[in-house]
Amino acid sequence: MSLINLSNISKHYEMGTQVVKALDGIDIGVEQNEYLAFIGSSGSGKSTMLNILGCLDTPTSGQYRLNDKVVENLDQNALSEIRNQEIGFIFQSFNLLPRANALANVMQPLIYRSIGLKERKRRAMQSLERVGLADRVDHLPNQLSGGQRQRVAIARALVTQPSILLADEPTGNLDSKTTIEIMRLFDELHSEGQTLIIVTHEDEIAAHCQRIVEMKDGKIHSDSAVGLAKDSH
Amino acid sequence: MFFAMIESARSAFASILAHGLRSFLTTLGIVIGVASVIAVVSVTQGMSAFISDTFSSLGTNSLTIQSYTPFEDQMKGIRARLTPADLELIESRATGIASITPILAANRSSQIKYGSQTSFSQIMGTTYAFQDVAQTFTQRGRFLAATDNQTRRRIAVIGDKVRENLSLPEDPINEYVEIAGEWFKVVGLLEERGEIMGMNRDDMVLVPYATMVSLQGNQARIDIQIQLSLSESANVDEVSQQLTTLLRNAHGLSSEEDDDFRIQTAEQLMEEFDQIIGMVTMVIGGVVGISLLVGGIGIMNIMLVSVTERTREIGICKAVGAKRHHILMQFLIEAILLSLLGGVIGLALGFGMGTLISNTIPGFPPASIPLWSVGLALGFSGFVGVLFGILPAAKAANLDPIDALRYE
Ligand SMILES: Nc1ncnc2c1ncn2[C@@H]1O[C@H](COP(=O)(O)OP(=O)(O)OP(=O)(O)O)[C@@H](O)[C@H]1O
Ligand SMILES: [Mg+2]
Repeated sequence: MSLINLSNISKHYEMGTQVVKALDGIDIGVEQNEYLAFIGSSGSGKSTMLNILGCLDTPTSGQYRLNDKVVENLDQNALSEIRNQEIGFIFQSFNLLPRANALANVMQPLIYRSIGLKERKRRAMQSLERVGLADRVDHLPNQLSGGQRQRVAIARALVTQPSILLADEPTGNLDSKTTIEIMRLFDELHSEGQTLIIVTHEDEIAAHCQRIVEMKDGKIHSDSAVGLAKDSH
Repeated sequence: MFFAMIESARSAFASILAHGLRSFLTTLGIVIGVASVIAVVSVTQGMSAFISDTFSSLGTNSLTIQSYTPFEDQMKGIRARLTPADLELIESRATGIASITPILAANRSSQIKYGSQTSFSQIMGTTYAFQDVAQTFTQRGRFLAATDNQTRRRIAVIGDKVRENLSLPEDPINEYVEIAGEWFKVVGLLEERGEIMGMNRDDMVLVPYATMVSLQGNQARIDIQIQLSLSESANVDEVSQQLTTLLRNAHGLSSEEDDDFRIQTAEQLMEEFDQIIGMVTMVIGGVVGISLLVGGIGIMNIMLVSVTERTREIGICKAVGAKRHHILMQFLIEAILLSLLGGVIGLALGFGMGTLISNTIPGFPPASIPLWSVGLALGFSGFVGVLFGILPAAKAANLDPIDALRYE
């Protein structure tokens, strides 16, 4: 059974008389512990895709099964619950709470799980150690470098032990050296059994992944396994 | 839910502190509303406790009858009067009266002299019965006696304030004072009764009624006051009804004409006073209501600004799993905290103002804050927080996560 199963997913935006088809009849399945990259030109629908996978956005039509649960018609609260339980989201612009320090940012998702402060701290510390930031826990986001911020965001995504980690251009705001560090971290997570889906522009980043899906005009243009002996569809 | 609430409160505190000045200005409306209600309540509460003490010491079973001339008649030069004949009539015909005394106020100057000292005071001609009726007793010497009246003796019983004003000795008995060009021997000094609402009740001089009558040249124009106390079994309403009938007949009033006198009971005075306090409280209540409304709108406004400012943060919280009620609670708690903050500051300020008022006005009873008013003030400000916080909080809670995250 696939971890993720999309069938005929579309996302349309009505702009006046014109209809923008950000996603147009997408069928795709993602298995446990896959390491997948969405690539494609700007405006091809990658972010829209990832937002729908992350239950941040809802499709206009089609069916989305996540861990065997039908999610496309759920209400906001149920989607919040799924985001909290199943999904770790990493953004290009980090999206940390500006007035909370690194530790508090990482603890944030656990608040919504009604976990006590002590346990929240313990898990958040563990997660921050995992990304190598144990010595920066009481720094505010604006006291951290871009790479450090992204690592806090990764720690926050990991702290809930999600089924999938979704990252939308996670290194888009980082220099090449930091990019390599972050990608090394992703590789490690993958080797530990984490399922990862990454949106990227850069071939070097896509090269880390085992499966590359190219999008074009809201459709899947190609879907190819690399490293593994699989042909494209 | 519990931990989420603690975290909401914590983050609400943090954001209130982060915008210290803005938060303070926002709560100003609430501060003013609560401060004014507390100031007024603390002053009127102190006052009304004091007043009802005073009235009960006056005796609730006493009546005062005074002549009454409507303003239009006064303009025409007509003057209603209560005469010694009225007094006699009441003495001989009315029932249920324990003691009764006429009071004749000095009609010209109320000047009183002792040596080189001159003072103005309330000079009244009355009888020994005044003692019972007004519950006024002497601390030194004696009160007016029945014989003083019969012989029109030139004697006076004075209040302590008068003694002080005239620099009379501690024991003024047997000293002579000059009233309206006549010498009066001081035979008694009244017990101190203190001030009531800035009026000194020790500033009075009592002389025998008949003496006062003889001092006032024109006997035909004498207008007296009658004070009486009721016997224990008597009913105030029945007695005043009886007196009204007697006096109306004596004054030859037809059924269309209004009374040309007024009968007042201590109870009535107290009721009137309560009415005034009630009215003041209502007016202030209106002012407070309006300022709480304005304060609430201020809070709503700043909370809406705050929701807009923090749209991205709301998006982030939702992205990591915050449900609608988590966000709603966070902003609602912030609004309530803001409002309560205003309430607490207002409480302190109001009590300070009340204390200041009662301390600066001499003879004013000390301010007191009843616990219920503290509860009410905080309850109200909390309620305002909920009422005006709910809209911005709901707005925040209903934000779509993807839109909120995209917000620049
Ligand atoms: N809220 C929206 N309203 C209208 N159109 C939208 C909206 N969001 C996305 N689109 C449109 O949907 C299409 C896909 O957008 P999307 O953000 O998924 O592209 P992308 O592949 O992530 O591009 P990039 O690489 O530049 O980030 C674009 O044409 C965009 O204009
Ligand atoms: Mg994008």
